[in-house]
Amino acid sequence: MAWMSWTLPTALFFIGIAAILVGMTTWQIISPCVERRGFLPLATTRGDRLFIGLLSSAFIHLAFVALTDVNIAVATVLCAVWMIILMRWG
Amino acid sequence: MQTKVENNKAWFLVMPVFLIVAFSAIIPLMTVVNYSVQDIFDPYTRYFVGTEWFKQVILDSRLHDALLRQFIYSFTILIIEVPLGICVALMMPTKGRGASLALILVAIPLLIPWNVVGTIWQIFGRADIGLFGAFMSYIGVEYNYASNPIDAWLTVVLMDVWHWTPLVALLCYSGLRAIPEVYYQAARIDQASRWAVFRYIQLPKLTNVLIIGVLLRFMDSFMIYTEPFVLTGGGPGSSTTFLSQSLVQQAIGQFDLGPAAAFSLVYFLIILLVCWVFYTTIMNMQKDK
Repeated sequence: MAWMSWTLPTALFFIGIAAILVGMTTWQIISPCVERRGFLPLATTRGDRLFIGLLSSAFIHLAFVALTDVNIAVATVLCAVWMIILMRWG
Repeated sequence: MQTKVENNKAWFLVMPVFLIVAFSAIIPLMTVVNYSVQDIFDPYTRYFVGTEWFKQVILDSRLHDALLRQFIYSFTILIIEVPLGICVALMMPTKGRGASLALILVAIPLLIPWNVVGTIWQIFGRADIGLFGAFMSYIGVEYNYASNPIDAWLTVVLMDVWHWTPLVALLCYSGLRAIPEVYYQAARIDQASRWAVFRYIQLPKLTNVLIIGVLLRFMDSFMIYTEPFVLTGGGPGSSTTFLSQSLVQQAIGQFDLGPAAAFSLVYFLIILLVCWVFYTTIMNMQKDK
Protein backbone atom coordinates (compact mmCIF):
# COMPACT_ATOMS: atom_id res chain seq x y z
CA MET A 1 0.00 0.00 0.00
CA ALA A 2 3.02 2.32 0.30
CA TRP A 3 2.92 3.04 -3.45
CA MET A 4 -0.46 4.69 -2.95
CA SER A 5 1.18 7.24 -0.59
CA TRP A 6 -1.53 7.06 2.06
CA THR A 7 -1.93 9.74 4.70
CA LEU A 8 -4.16 9.62 7.77
CA PRO A 9 -6.59 12.37 6.56
CA THR A 10 -7.06 10.75 3.13
CA ALA A 11 -7.49 7.31 4.72
CA LEU A 12 -10.15 8.73 7.05
CA PHE A 13 -11.80 10.43 4.08
CA PHE A 14 -12.09 7.18 2.11
CA ILE A 15 -13.17 5.22 5.18
CA GLY A 16 -15.90 7.85 5.60
CA ILE A 17 -17.02 7.51 1.97
CA ALA A 18 -17.00 3.69 2.21
CA ALA A 19 -18.99 3.84 5.48
CA ILE A 20 -21.54 6.16 3.85
CA LEU A 21 -21.93 3.77 0.89
CA VAL A 22 -22.31 0.72 3.14
CA GLY A 23 -24.74 2.62 5.36
CA MET A 24 -26.84 3.80 2.40
CA THR A 25 -26.95 0.27 0.93
CA THR A 26 -28.07 -1.17 4.27
CA TRP A 27 -30.65 1.58 4.65
CA GLN A 28 -31.95 0.85 1.15
CA ILE A 29 -32.27 -2.89 1.92
CA ILE A 30 -34.03 -2.26 5.24
CA SER A 31 -36.33 0.45 3.94
CA PRO A 32 -36.36 0.96 0.13
CA CYS A 33 -36.80 4.61 -0.81
CA VAL A 34 -39.24 6.19 -3.22
CA GLU A 35 -38.54 9.15 -5.44
CA ARG A 36 -39.91 12.38 -3.99
CA ARG A 37 -39.77 16.11 -4.46
CA GLY A 38 -38.45 18.41 -1.73
CA PHE A 39 -36.94 21.89 -1.95
CA LEU A 40 -34.71 20.82 -4.87
CA PRO A 41 -36.23 21.61 -8.27
CA LEU A 42 -36.30 17.92 -9.28
CA ALA A 43 -37.62 14.62 -7.96
CA THR A 44 -34.82 12.72 -6.24
CA THR A 45 -34.13 9.39 -4.58
CA ARG A 46 -32.05 9.04 -1.44
CA GLY A 47 -28.99 8.14 -3.55
CA ASP A 48 -29.49 11.20 -5.78
CA ARG A 49 -29.57 13.46 -2.74
CA LEU A 50 -26.41 11.84 -1.39
CA PHE A 51 -24.64 12.39 -4.71
CA ILE A 52 -25.80 16.01 -4.93
CA GLY A 53 -24.73 16.51 -1.32
CA LEU A 54 -21.26 15.02 -1.85
CA LEU A 55 -20.66 16.94 -5.07
CA SER A 56 -21.83 20.25 -3.62
CA SER A 57 -19.76 19.58 -0.49
CA ALA A 58 -16.67 19.15 -2.66
CA PHE A 59 -17.30 22.55 -4.27
CA ILE A 60 -18.02 24.16 -0.88
CA HIS A 61 -14.67 22.86 0.37
CA LEU A 62 -12.91 24.18 -2.74
CA ALA A 63 -14.56 27.59 -2.30
CA PHE A 64 -13.44 27.71 1.34
CA VAL A 65 -9.88 26.78 0.39
CA ALA A 66 -9.72 29.32 -2.44
CA LEU A 67 -11.57 32.27 -0.96
CA THR A 68 -10.94 32.17 2.78
CA ASP A 69 -8.22 31.38 5.28
CA VAL A 70 -10.71 29.75 7.63
CA ASN A 71 -9.85 26.27 8.89
CA ILE A 72 -11.13 23.59 6.50
CA ALA A 73 -12.87 21.86 9.42
CA VAL A 74 -15.41 24.72 9.42
CA ALA A 75 -16.31 23.84 5.82
CA THR A 76 -16.62 20.17 6.80
CA VAL A 77 -19.04 21.01 9.63
CA LEU A 78 -21.07 23.27 7.31
CA CYS A 79 -21.19 20.51 4.71
CA ALA A 80 -22.35 17.98 7.31
CA VAL A 81 -25.23 20.31 8.22
CA TRP A 82 -25.96 20.85 4.51
CA MET A 83 -26.00 17.06 3.93
CA ILE A 84 -28.51 16.55 6.75
CA ILE A 85 -30.78 19.30 5.40
CA LEU A 86 -30.50 17.90 1.87
CA MET A 87 -31.17 14.30 2.88
CA ARG A 88 -34.15 15.25 5.02
CA TRP A 89 -35.83 18.05 3.04
CA GLY A 90 -34.10 18.02 -0.38
CA MET B 1 -52.18 -12.87 -2.47
CA GLN B 2 -48.73 -13.11 -3.99
CA THR B 3 -46.03 -10.75 -2.89
CA LYS B 4 -43.31 -9.73 -5.34
CA VAL B 5 -39.94 -10.81 -3.98
CA GLU B 6 -37.02 -8.56 -4.79
CA ASN B 7 -34.02 -10.62 -5.85
CA ASN B 8 -30.65 -8.92 -5.89
CA LYS B 9 -28.58 -11.89 -7.03
CA ALA B 10 -28.11 -10.35 -10.48
CA TRP B 11 -25.79 -7.80 -8.88
CA PHE B 12 -23.15 -10.57 -8.69
CA LEU B 13 -23.03 -10.47 -12.49
CA VAL B 14 -21.83 -6.87 -12.22
CA MET B 15 -18.90 -7.88 -10.00
CA PRO B 16 -16.35 -8.43 -12.83
CA VAL B 17 -17.07 -4.95 -14.21
CA PHE B 18 -16.84 -3.51 -10.72
CA LEU B 19 -13.45 -5.16 -10.17
CA ILE B 20 -12.11 -3.92 -13.52
CA VAL B 21 -13.34 -0.38 -12.81
CA ALA B 22 -11.87 -0.58 -9.30
CA PHE B 23 -8.42 -1.40 -10.65
CA SER B 24 -8.52 0.91 -13.65
CA ALA B 25 -10.24 3.95 -12.13
CA ILE B 26 -11.05 3.89 -8.43
CA ILE B 27 -7.64 2.85 -7.06
CA PRO B 28 -5.72 5.31 -9.31
CA LEU B 29 -8.19 8.02 -8.30
CA MET B 30 -7.60 7.25 -4.62
CA THR B 31 -3.85 7.53 -5.26
CA VAL B 32 -4.39 10.90 -6.92
CA VAL B 33 -6.31 12.07 -3.83
CA ASN B 34 -3.38 10.93 -1.68
CA TYR B 35 -0.89 12.77 -3.88
CA SER B 36 -2.97 15.96 -3.84
CA VAL B 37 -2.28 16.61 -0.16
CA GLN B 38 1.45 15.89 -0.26
CA ASP B 39 4.65 17.29 -1.67
CA ILE B 40 6.17 14.30 -3.42
CA PHE B 41 9.91 14.30 -4.08
CA ASP B 42 10.33 10.58 -4.69
CA PRO B 43 8.42 7.44 -3.63
CA TYR B 44 10.02 7.56 -0.17
CA THR B 45 10.26 11.31 0.44
CA ARG B 46 6.97 13.12 0.78
CA TYR B 47 5.51 15.75 3.06
CA PHE B 48 1.92 16.40 4.03
CA VAL B 49 0.88 19.90 2.91
CA GLY B 50 -2.89 19.81 3.50
CA THR B 51 -4.94 21.90 1.09
CA GLU B 52 -2.03 24.04 -0.12
CA TRP B 53 -1.99 22.61 -3.67
CA PHE B 54 -5.72 23.10 -4.03
CA LYS B 55 -5.40 26.77 -3.09
CA GLN B 56 -2.50 27.20 -5.51
CA VAL B 57 -4.36 25.48 -8.34
CA ILE B 58 -7.67 27.30 -7.87
CA LEU B 59 -5.95 30.69 -7.74
CA ASP B 60 -3.60 29.99 -10.68
CA SER B 61 -4.40 32.47 -13.48
CA ARG B 62 -2.90 30.17 -16.16
CA LEU B 63 -5.42 27.53 -15.22
CA HIS B 64 -8.26 30.05 -15.26
CA ASP B 65 -7.21 30.93 -18.81
CA ALA B 66 -7.00 27.24 -19.78
CA LEU B 67 -10.46 26.62 -18.29
CA LEU B 68 -11.91 29.58 -20.18
CA ARG B 69 -10.31 28.38 -23.42
CA GLN B 70 -11.67 24.92 -22.74
CA PHE B 71 -15.25 26.13 -22.33
CA ILE B 72 -15.00 28.40 -25.40
CA TYR B 73 -13.58 25.51 -27.42
CA SER B 74 -16.21 22.99 -26.28
CA PHE B 75 -19.12 25.35 -26.93
CA THR B 76 -17.70 26.45 -30.30
CA ILE B 77 -17.42 22.92 -31.61
CA LEU B 78 -20.88 22.05 -30.27
CA ILE B 79 -22.44 25.07 -31.99
CA ILE B 80 -20.84 23.99 -35.28
CA GLU B 81 -20.96 20.19 -35.09
CA VAL B 82 -24.55 19.67 -33.96
CA PRO B 83 -26.33 21.66 -36.73
CA LEU B 84 -23.79 20.46 -39.30
CA GLY B 85 -24.25 16.84 -38.21
CA ILE B 86 -28.03 17.19 -38.58
CA CYS B 87 -27.62 18.71 -42.06
CA VAL B 88 -25.27 15.92 -43.16
CA ALA B 89 -27.68 13.27 -41.81
CA LEU B 90 -30.60 14.88 -43.64
CA MET B 91 -28.67 14.93 -46.90
CA MET B 92 -27.43 11.33 -46.70
CA PRO B 93 -29.20 8.90 -49.04
CA THR B 94 -31.57 6.48 -47.32
CA LYS B 95 -31.70 3.56 -49.75
CA GLY B 96 -29.53 1.55 -52.10
CA ARG B 97 -25.78 1.47 -52.62
CA GLY B 98 -25.58 5.23 -52.16
CA ALA B 99 -26.65 4.83 -48.52
CA SER B 100 -23.90 2.27 -47.78
CA LEU B 101 -21.29 4.34 -49.58
CA ALA B 102 -22.33 7.51 -47.73
CA LEU B 103 -22.17 5.70 -44.39
CA ILE B 104 -18.64 4.46 -45.09
CA LEU B 105 -17.43 7.84 -46.32
CA VAL B 106 -18.91 9.68 -43.35
CA ALA B 107 -17.49 7.17 -40.88
CA ILE B 108 -13.91 7.32 -42.18
CA PRO B 109 -12.71 10.26 -40.00
CA LEU B 110 -13.96 8.41 -36.91
CA LEU B 111 -11.67 5.47 -37.69
CA ILE B 112 -8.50 7.56 -37.72
CA PRO B 113 -6.48 7.60 -34.48
CA TRP B 114 -6.32 10.96 -32.72
CA ASN B 115 -2.57 11.51 -33.08
CA VAL B 116 -2.82 10.71 -36.81
CA VAL B 117 -5.62 13.30 -37.13
CA GLY B 118 -3.28 15.86 -35.55
CA THR B 119 -0.50 14.92 -37.96
CA ILE B 120 -2.82 15.03 -40.99
CA TRP B 121 -3.94 18.56 -40.12
CA GLN B 122 -0.41 19.62 -39.27
CA ILE B 123 0.62 18.81 -42.83
CA PHE B 124 -2.70 19.90 -44.37
CA GLY B 125 -2.36 23.38 -42.87
CA ARG B 126 1.23 24.03 -43.95
CA ALA B 127 1.54 26.64 -46.68
CA ASP B 128 4.49 24.90 -48.39
CA ILE B 129 3.25 21.29 -48.63
CA GLY B 130 -0.31 21.31 -47.29
CA LEU B 131 -3.40 21.67 -49.44
CA PHE B 132 -5.31 23.91 -47.01
CA GLY B 133 -2.33 26.14 -46.27
CA ALA B 134 -1.47 26.40 -49.96
CA PHE B 135 -5.09 27.23 -50.83
CA MET B 136 -5.18 29.98 -48.22
CA SER B 137 -1.95 31.45 -49.66
CA TYR B 138 -3.39 31.15 -53.17
CA ILE B 139 -6.47 33.22 -52.28
CA GLY B 140 -4.25 35.77 -50.59
CA VAL B 141 -5.02 35.03 -46.95
CA GLU B 142 -2.02 35.17 -44.69
CA TYR B 143 -2.43 31.95 -42.77
CA ASN B 144 0.03 30.36 -40.37
CA TYR B 145 -1.26 28.24 -37.52
CA ALA B 146 2.18 28.01 -35.95
CA SER B 147 2.54 31.76 -35.36
CA ASN B 148 -0.95 33.27 -35.41
CA PRO B 149 -3.29 32.37 -32.49
CA ILE B 150 -6.46 32.97 -34.56
CA ASP B 151 -5.19 30.67 -37.31
CA ALA B 152 -4.24 28.08 -34.69
CA TRP B 153 -7.74 28.22 -33.20
CA LEU B 154 -9.34 28.04 -36.63
CA THR B 155 -7.28 24.95 -37.48
CA VAL B 156 -7.95 23.20 -34.16
CA VAL B 157 -11.70 23.86 -34.45
CA LEU B 158 -11.78 22.80 -38.13
CA MET B 159 -9.86 19.63 -37.24
CA ASP B 160 -12.35 18.74 -34.52
CA VAL B 161 -15.30 19.50 -36.79
CA TRP B 162 -13.82 17.27 -39.49
CA HIS B 163 -13.05 14.50 -37.03
CA TRP B 164 -16.24 14.44 -34.97
CA THR B 165 -19.13 15.85 -37.01
CA PRO B 166 -19.51 12.34 -38.51
CA LEU B 167 -20.37 11.02 -35.05
CA VAL B 168 -23.25 13.50 -34.70
CA ALA B 169 -24.26 12.81 -38.31
CA LEU B 170 -24.35 9.03 -37.80
CA LEU B 171 -26.32 9.38 -34.57
CA CYS B 172 -28.84 11.65 -36.31
CA TYR B 173 -28.95 9.34 -39.33
CA SER B 174 -29.90 6.40 -37.09
CA GLY B 175 -32.49 8.60 -35.37
CA LEU B 176 -33.98 9.64 -38.71
CA ARG B 177 -34.14 6.05 -39.94
CA ALA B 178 -36.12 5.11 -36.83
CA ILE B 179 -38.98 7.50 -37.69
CA PRO B 180 -41.93 5.44 -39.04
CA GLU B 181 -43.03 6.19 -42.61
CA VAL B 182 -46.59 6.96 -41.43
CA TYR B 183 -45.42 10.28 -39.98
CA TYR B 184 -44.21 11.38 -43.40
CA GLN B 185 -47.42 10.12 -45.02
CA ALA B 186 -49.47 12.19 -42.56
CA ALA B 187 -47.27 15.22 -43.35
CA ARG B 188 -47.82 14.72 -47.10
CA ILE B 189 -51.61 14.51 -46.57
CA ASP B 190 -51.44 17.79 -44.62
CA GLN B 191 -49.24 19.26 -47.37
CA ALA B 192 -46.63 20.15 -44.80
CA SER B 193 -43.60 22.06 -46.07
CA ARG B 194 -40.07 20.57 -45.89
CA TRP B 195 -39.33 22.90 -42.97
CA ALA B 196 -42.53 21.86 -41.13
CA VAL B 197 -41.59 18.17 -41.54
CA PHE B 198 -38.17 18.90 -40.06
CA ARG B 199 -39.47 21.14 -37.28
CA TYR B 200 -42.43 19.06 -36.11
CA ILE B 201 -41.49 15.47 -37.03
CA GLN B 202 -37.76 14.98 -37.49
CA LEU B 203 -36.34 17.34 -34.86
CA PRO B 204 -38.56 16.12 -31.97
CA LYS B 205 -37.76 12.52 -32.88
CA LEU B 206 -34.04 13.35 -32.89
CA THR B 207 -34.07 14.82 -29.38
CA ASN B 208 -32.74 11.72 -27.63
CA VAL B 209 -29.91 11.02 -30.07
CA LEU B 210 -29.00 14.71 -30.09
CA ILE B 211 -28.75 14.75 -26.31
CA ILE B 212 -26.44 11.74 -26.46
CA GLY B 213 -24.44 13.43 -29.24
CA VAL B 214 -24.13 16.69 -27.29
CA LEU B 215 -23.14 14.84 -24.13
CA LEU B 216 -20.51 12.75 -25.90
CA ARG B 217 -19.07 15.67 -27.82
CA PHE B 218 -19.00 17.96 -24.81
CA MET B 219 -17.26 15.42 -22.61
CA ASP B 220 -14.83 14.41 -25.30
CA SER B 221 -13.95 17.97 -26.30
CA PHE B 222 -13.64 18.97 -22.67
CA MET B 223 -10.95 16.33 -22.22
CA ILE B 224 -9.25 16.88 -25.59
CA TYR B 225 -5.49 16.44 -25.56
CA THR B 226 -3.89 14.54 -28.42
CA GLU B 227 -5.01 16.47 -31.51
CA PRO B 228 -4.09 20.01 -30.35
CA PHE B 229 -0.91 18.66 -28.78
CA VAL B 230 0.22 17.15 -32.08
CA LEU B 231 -1.02 20.06 -34.20
CA THR B 232 0.07 23.15 -32.27
CA GLY B 233 1.72 21.86 -29.10
CA GLY B 234 -0.58 24.26 -27.23
CA GLY B 235 0.78 27.31 -29.03
CA PRO B 236 1.49 29.83 -30.32
CA GLY B 237 2.25 30.95 -26.77
CA SER B 238 -0.44 29.19 -24.82
CA SER B 239 -3.34 30.11 -27.09
CA THR B 240 -4.43 26.50 -27.71
CA THR B 241 -3.34 25.06 -24.37
CA PHE B 242 -6.40 23.36 -22.95
CA LEU B 243 -6.91 21.90 -19.50
CA SER B 244 -5.57 18.41 -20.16
CA GLN B 245 -2.44 19.82 -21.75
CA SER B 246 -1.81 22.13 -18.80
CA LEU B 247 -2.25 19.11 -16.57
CA VAL B 248 0.22 17.00 -18.53
CA GLN B 249 2.76 19.85 -18.56
CA GLN B 250 2.49 20.06 -14.79
CA ALA B 251 2.46 16.34 -14.06
CA ILE B 252 4.96 15.00 -16.59
CA GLY B 253 6.82 18.08 -17.82
CA GLN B 254 7.54 19.63 -14.43
CA PHE B 255 6.90 16.46 -12.38
CA ASP B 256 4.87 18.49 -9.86
CA LEU B 257 2.80 15.52 -8.78
CA GLY B 258 1.09 17.21 -5.83
CA PRO B 259 -0.25 20.29 -7.67
CA ALA B 260 -1.05 18.12 -10.72
CA ALA B 261 -3.07 15.75 -8.53
CA ALA B 262 -5.01 18.67 -7.03
CA PHE B 263 -5.57 20.02 -10.53
CA SER B 264 -6.81 16.57 -11.68
CA LEU B 265 -9.33 16.47 -8.87
CA VAL B 266 -10.68 19.96 -9.61
CA TYR B 267 -10.87 18.99 -13.32
CA PHE B 268 -12.64 15.75 -12.37
CA LEU B 269 -15.16 17.63 -10.22
CA ILE B 270 -15.97 20.04 -13.05
CA ILE B 271 -16.52 17.13 -15.47
CA LEU B 272 -18.59 15.28 -12.86
CA LEU B 273 -20.76 18.37 -12.35
CA VAL B 274 -21.32 18.89 -16.08
CA CYS B 275 -22.05 15.15 -16.56
CA TRP B 276 -24.57 15.25 -13.76
CA VAL B 277 -26.30 18.33 -15.21
CA PHE B 278 -26.53 16.64 -18.63
CA TYR B 279 -27.68 13.33 -17.15
CA THR B 280 -30.35 14.98 -15.00
CA THR B 281 -31.57 17.03 -17.96
CA ILE B 282 -31.82 13.90 -20.13
CA MET B 283 -33.68 11.93 -17.48
CA ASN B 284 -36.10 14.78 -16.75
CA MET B 285 -36.80 15.34 -20.45
CA GLN B 286 -37.61 11.64 -20.85
CA LYS B 287 -39.86 11.74 -17.80
CA ASP B 288 -41.73 14.77 -19.17
CA LYS B 289 -42.45 12.79 -22.34
